[in-house]
Amino acid sequence: MSFIRPVFRHPESPKNDLGYTRQYYEGTLSTLCAGCGHDSISGAIIQACFEMNIEPHQVAKLSGIGCSSKTPAYYLGNSHGFNSVHGRMPSVTTGASLANRKLMYLGVSGDGDTASIGMGQFVHVIRRNLNMVYIVMNNGCYGLTKGQDSATADFGSINKSGVANLFQTIDLVGLALELGATFVGRSFSGDKTQLVPMIKAAMSHNGFAFIDVISPCVTFNNNVGSTKSYDYVRAHVEATSAIDLVPEKTEITTTYEEGTTKLIEMHDHSIIELHKLAEGWDPTNRHSAVERLQMSRNKGEILTGLLYVDTESKDLHELIETVPQPLNTLTKADLCPGGEMLERINGEFR
Amino acid sequence: MQLTAINDLVIRFANVNGTGSASANNMFAKSIFRMGLPVTPKNIFPSNIQGLPTWYEVRVSEKGYLGRRAGVDILVSVNPQSMAKDVASVRPNGYFIYDNTREIDKTLVRDDIHYIGVPMIDLCRQHFTTDPRSHQLLKNVIYVGALVALLDIEVEVVKGLIADQFRKKEKLIPINVKALELGIQYIHDHYQYPLGLRLERRNLIADSILIDGNTACGLGAIYAGATVAAWYPITPSTSVVNAFEKYAKRLRKDVETGKNKYAVVQAEDELAAIGMVVGANWNGARAFTATSGPGLSLMSEFLGLAYFAEIPLVLIDVQRTGPSTGMPTRTQQSDLTSAFYASHGDTKQILLLPATPKECFDFTADAFDLAERLQTPILIMTDLDLGMNDHLCPAFTWDENRDYDRGKVLDAEALDNIKEFARYRDVDGDGIPNRTIPGTHPTKGAYFTRGTSRDELARYTEDSEPYVRNMERLIKKWNTAKSHVPAPEFYQEADKGRQGMIFFGTSTYAALEALDLLEAAGTPMDAMRLRATPFSDEVHDFIERHDVIYVIEQNRDAQMRSILINELEIDPFKLVPILNFDGMPITAEAIVKQVERKQQRVSNGMAYN
Repeated sequence: MSFIRPVFRHPESPKNDLGYTRQYYEGTLSTLCAGCGHDSISGAIIQACFEMNIEPHQVAKLSGIGCSSKTPAYYLGNSHGFNSVHGRMPSVTTGASLANRKLMYLGVSGDGDTASIGMGQFVHVIRRNLNMVYIVMNNGCYGLTKGQDSATADFGSINKSGVANLFQTIDLVGLALELGATFVGRSFSGDKTQLVPMIKAAMSHNGFAFIDVISPCVTFNNNVGSTKSYDYVRAHVEATSAIDLVPEKTEITTTYEEGTTKLIEMHDHSIIELHKLAEGWDPTNRHSAVERLQMSRNKGEILTGLLYVDTESKDLHELIETVPQPLNTLTKADLCPGGEMLERINGEFR
Repeated sequence: MQLTAINDLVIRFANVNGTGSASANNMFAKSIFRMGLPVTPKNIFPSNIQGLPTWYEVRVSEKGYLGRRAGVDILVSVNPQSMAKDVASVRPNGYFIYDNTREIDKTLVRDDIHYIGVPMIDLCRQHFTTDPRSHQLLKNVIYVGALVALLDIEVEVVKGLIADQFRKKEKLIPINVKALELGIQYIHDHYQYPLGLRLERRNLIADSILIDGNTACGLGAIYAGATVAAWYPITPSTSVVNAFEKYAKRLRKDVETGKNKYAVVQAEDELAAIGMVVGANWNGARAFTATSGPGLSLMSEFLGLAYFAEIPLVLIDVQRTGPSTGMPTRTQQSDLTSAFYASHGDTKQILLLPATPKECFDFTADAFDLAERLQTPILIMTDLDLGMNDHLCPAFTWDENRDYDRGKVLDAEALDNIKEFARYRDVDGDGIPNRTIPGTHPTKGAYFTRGTSRDELARYTEDSEPYVRNMERLIKKWNTAKSHVPAPEFYQEADKGRQGMIFFGTSTYAALEALDLLEAAGTPMDAMRLRATPFSDEVHDFIERHDVIYVIEQNRDAQMRSILINELEIDPFKLVPILNFDGMPITAEAIVKQVERKQQRVSNGMAYN
């Protein structure tokens, strides 16, 4: 957006446990279109990091190519960022994580970047259960190249030129569930009360945390007949539950009707609180999630909320049994076997 | 007439793929090595798991020539499928050793070669009551026994190798020794031995080792401190990462916890493999990948990113015969152009050109230092011949005082002590900027890495001036690299004349032999071996000082010649291409023949090319 952001901040802006204000988590000014859903998601990421008391320099933010992939510049200015190549954010993040398992990896991608050119890497990063948060800013179209349908555009959805999409859509949430993703959620850029706690929950997850965020493109896909316009999404959202994430130390005080609340303890001992649970719905049961998703789809609804979580999963580092210290901190003494060993190895080739 | 020579022969084994012949053949080659003789074994294998013909060729050269030599002196035939072709490949007066359990087809009998029948299957049937499936393996040991007698190989050496091979399955030693002795005894009972072609112990190999280039690369990566390997299986590079992992399992486990001080990830494709390597290097780990031609094509986009965003990485390209899938199990030096100019836009990549397993080890170790010092990809251009065949080479050495050169990486203290961190600013005139690793400092040194244009502070820009400044700085860095990469090697104290020869990689063995042959024929030449790009001034000067230079390489289009012409602005008529691109390692004979043909053209008043 091309307005000037005021530098002034209220001297008594609230601070988090680290003593940082929310502003500390911001990045440079967005250059996306005014009203773009992506900017709301950036805002939610900032809010989630602020509330989670995250040290920005302990986060690495990565992306591919596209409007969504530009956003890492707009949040966490004190974090290293990497705007890589189209569709390849998962592999770059995998390598980064292999080098240092201690940082938090926040990957952002778009529907073109993930469901088309990057589909191969998306499915394989799920298989490996890489410890990262993977957010797709899903607007069903290619913005930077002027509004072509993407692979997540719904069948029959009408684009800005008035043409209906001829092809079947790829539902990334359904795909992630099918492939064994260990944290799967969907949200809407216009629903911060749901999105912020969901990002916080994803950040608490040990393993691959996927959030598909419907994020309308105000310029190319917000017209009548589009199934990814603000109006359409607002009219068709169906939430599995209300979600909140509370840190371990907080006492849980809210009360809801018996049977409508579920508490899930995460790897870092924070607690996901789910309220007003949809009937017959268990977010720790993959089968139930798949079924529920299909039901909503049949009704023409967009199911949002935390759909599935597996708190016991092992991430890539646990699976391949790397040492606990980051590989990038190992020194010559840890890594080089030395001349004497080399002479012994020489002997094995004589 | 019989061929006669001591310690100078080529023997070829014709086997069926997947029948366990490799270990018997390796044992044969190793026995020659242990007799102190220079030996060059080469596997000529199909892209197949079981059933197709496969050959193993061993050259012994008292003079120490390690290139392939054309012509087969002795052929050991255990594959009826390829027998006609095998009979035809033997030089006049050579030997054809075969299994005469069944009589040989009359049409395969030549009167200018000697036939030595050994009833390998019959001997197995008579002497071994074990499972008939084991006969296939024992048959291989029987022909090794026959060769021990025919070539006068020291039997104790071979017995020692059997003991080494079955160290972990000791009960198999006696049966294999018995098979060996059956082969020896059969020759003793039926033929005059040894042949005119035979071997004698010498002391010609000092402390050399016999090892393949891929193992050497894998081990080099271990010594260089590589912690992340990401790869996608492709012949002939697969054994690079296999070797890395094998040594990592042995040398990189935490003693107390058994956890790994390394990570190997088999990626879903080459795009992901190099993406992981880019991510890991960006985040401060030493990471590498290994691939071959088709994989290099797929990795090209990321190589452009790494070049432009200045991310170190090491890529080992074990070249095979292209284009496309080409001949996946044959050798070539044909990825040079696509590697050197890898990716769209103005890019040039640093190539290292090892010629021996020792250089595979050294250059791989050096590559990680160079990559971090120069913040750019380093591509090690080896090939199938070097990577997958055993080569005689000097023992590997490691200087204990050597430290890893991490280049201009700023730590938290350094960041506190500088006024401003500018990721893409030329801080001290060599074109190399400072770099930070994520997580280093709470408030300083973070920047946004991207493949788009940016200014010195890593801020996105579409302004022409900072773009041009950046591209020019990359050229300055490229020029800095010239003094960091391995220098060319020369083979004469001072120039002998106005004719020269340039070669690199596995063309070296044949080229050195060809130089001797040419000199003996009255055409001495000066020689230079390229070991890297960018080319240093020495390369330019060598070409300047000579009237004509023969450029030897193993591809159709004289790719290195083109790069030399392009990069050094050389008159193309001065560089004469000498090529071999049939998928087999180049020979000295092929070089000499082509050089003489070119010289003939000139004496007939024509141009070289």
